[in-house]
Amino acid sequence: MTTVRVVLPAHLKNLARVRGEVMLNLGGEHDPAGVTRQALLDALEAAYPVLRGTIRDHVTGKRRAFVRFYACQQDLSNEPADVPLPAAVVAGSEPFLIVGAMAGG
Amino acid sequence: MTRIRVLAGTRKGAFVLTSDASRAKWEVSGPHFGGWEIYHLKGSPADPDRIYASQNTGWFGQLIQRSDDGGATWQPVGNEFTYATDPGTHLWYDGTPRPWEFKRVWHLEPSLTDPDEVYAGAEDAGLFRSRDGGATWTELTGLRTHSSGPGWQPGAGGLCLHTIILDPAHAGRMFAAISAAGTFRSDDHGETWRPVNRGLHDEGTLPEEEPEVGFCVHHVEMHPTRPDTLFMQKHWDVMRSDDAGETWREVSGNLPSDFGFPIGVHAHEPETIYVVPITSDSLHFPPDGRLRVYRSRTGGDEWEPLTRGLPQEHCYVNVYRDAMAVDSLEECGVYFGTTGGQVYASADAGDTWEAITRDLPAVLSVEVQTLA
Repeated sequence: MTTVRVVLPAHLKNLARVRGEVMLNLGGEHDPAGVTRQALLDALEAAYPVLRGTIRDHVTGKRRAFVRFYACQQDLSNEPADVPLPAAVVAGSEPFLIVGAMAGG
Repeated sequence: MTRIRVLAGTRKGAFVLTSDASRAKWEVSGPHFGGWEIYHLKGSPADPDRIYASQNTGWFGQLIQRSDDGGATWQPVGNEFTYATDPGTHLWYDGTPRPWEFKRVWHLEPSLTDPDEVYAGAEDAGLFRSRDGGATWTELTGLRTHSSGPGWQPGAGGLCLHTIILDPAHAGRMFAAISAAGTFRSDDHGETWRPVNRGLHDEGTLPEEEPEVGFCVHHVEMHPTRPDTLFMQKHWDVMRSDDAGETWREVSGNLPSDFGFPIGVHAHEPETIYVVPITSDSLHFPPDGRLRVYRSRTGGDEWEPLTRGLPQEHCYVNVYRDAMAVDSLEECGVYFGTTGGQVYASADAGDTWEAITRDLPAVLSVEVQTLA
C-alpha cells in the first residue's frame, strides 16, 4: 500500500471539507519511480471530485497558472506531469504541497 | 408569511439577506464561500429554495454551487465548461485574432419552469445549459458560432456574456447580451441566434454605419407582461425596443449622464424603469459624488432623481450591471449593491432608500426573491 501526503491550500481544503493533510492511498505497492504527479492528482480528484478543474484544466490537464507544486524543498511546478515524484513523497515521509501562488500587488 | 430574500454576490463571498414584508429589519448570513468571487446567484422561479451561485477565483477557477434550502447549505455541482466545437478565434483588444478561452461564469439564469434547468453566461462569450441541476453543462453553440463571432471584441471587463433573458410569453424565445458584441435573440430555445442591435450607436468608433455587432451593451431587462419591450443600459445611452429587439431607440432624455451599468423595471408598472447614472467611461462614480437613482415613469426620456436616503456628497462608488433588482410586493421594492459594499433598498418604489447592510466586500450582483 502506497500512501502519500498532500497539503492543500486553504480554499481547497474548505472546498473538499478536509482538515490538515490529505492522506492519499494510491493502492498496491508502487515502485517509487512509477508514482508521478499525474497519478497523484488523478487519485486526489478521484477521492475529492469537487477538486476537478481547480488545480488543473479539465480537458488539457494543464496546471492552472496560479497553482504551484512543491515537495522536498523543490519547486516542481514546471516539471512534466509524468516525471516520478521524489522518493520521500512516495514513501510518505515528505508531503506534496499544492500552493496558491502569491499574486497581486 | 411573505418574506424577501436578497442574494448578494461580492468580491469575497456570497451573502443572503432576509426580511419580512415590512423590509425594515434584515438578517444577514454569510459570507458563503468566503474569499471567492461570486459573480452571480439566482433562485429558480419554479422552486425558490433552489439557488445557483457562480464561484470563481483566478487561482482555482470556476465552481458552481447549488442550494436546495434557500441558501442555508450549499453543494458544489458541475464545473466543466467546455466549448463544444473548435472554439476558433475572436478579436483581441489590439485587433488580432485570439482563441476562445473559458474564464468564468458571469450570469446564471434558472428556467422559468424547471428547477433543474439553468443557463450560464460565460467569459469568453458562450452560453451553457444544464438540465440536471448543474451537474453537467452543455454549450448551446449557435450563439458563439454565429458568423459574426470572429469579429467580437471584448469590453474592458472581458468578452463576457452577462445577460440572459427567458421570454415568458413566446415559447423558445430568449435574449443574450455580450460585451462588446451586442444583443442577440433566439426563437428556437437557444439553438440559433441573430444579432438584434439595429438603432444602437457607439461614440464614433465604428467604421460602418449600421454594423451588425460591436456594441458595448451593459445590461438588458424585460418586464414579464410586456415581453416585446426591452430596456437597455448601454456603455453610453439608455435604449428601449418595443419589437423584441428588432429596433432600438434612445430614451436617455434628461439624465445627467447616460453612462451606467444596471437598469431595472418596476414589478407592476412596465413603463417605470430605474438607472444609476455614472459620470463617464473613464470616471466610474456618480456625477458630483452624489449617488442618485433615476426613475422614469414614462418608459424613458423623462427622468427624476431619487436621492432620499442615498449619500449626496463624497460618494464615489459604482453599481455593476447585475447589481440591481426588484421585489414583487404590492409596493415594489428596489435594491442595488455598490462597489463600496452597501446594499441599498427602497420599500416604496424608489422614493426613499436605506442601506440594509453597508460594509460588505464590493458587490457584484444583487437578486431578490419574493417568497410566499
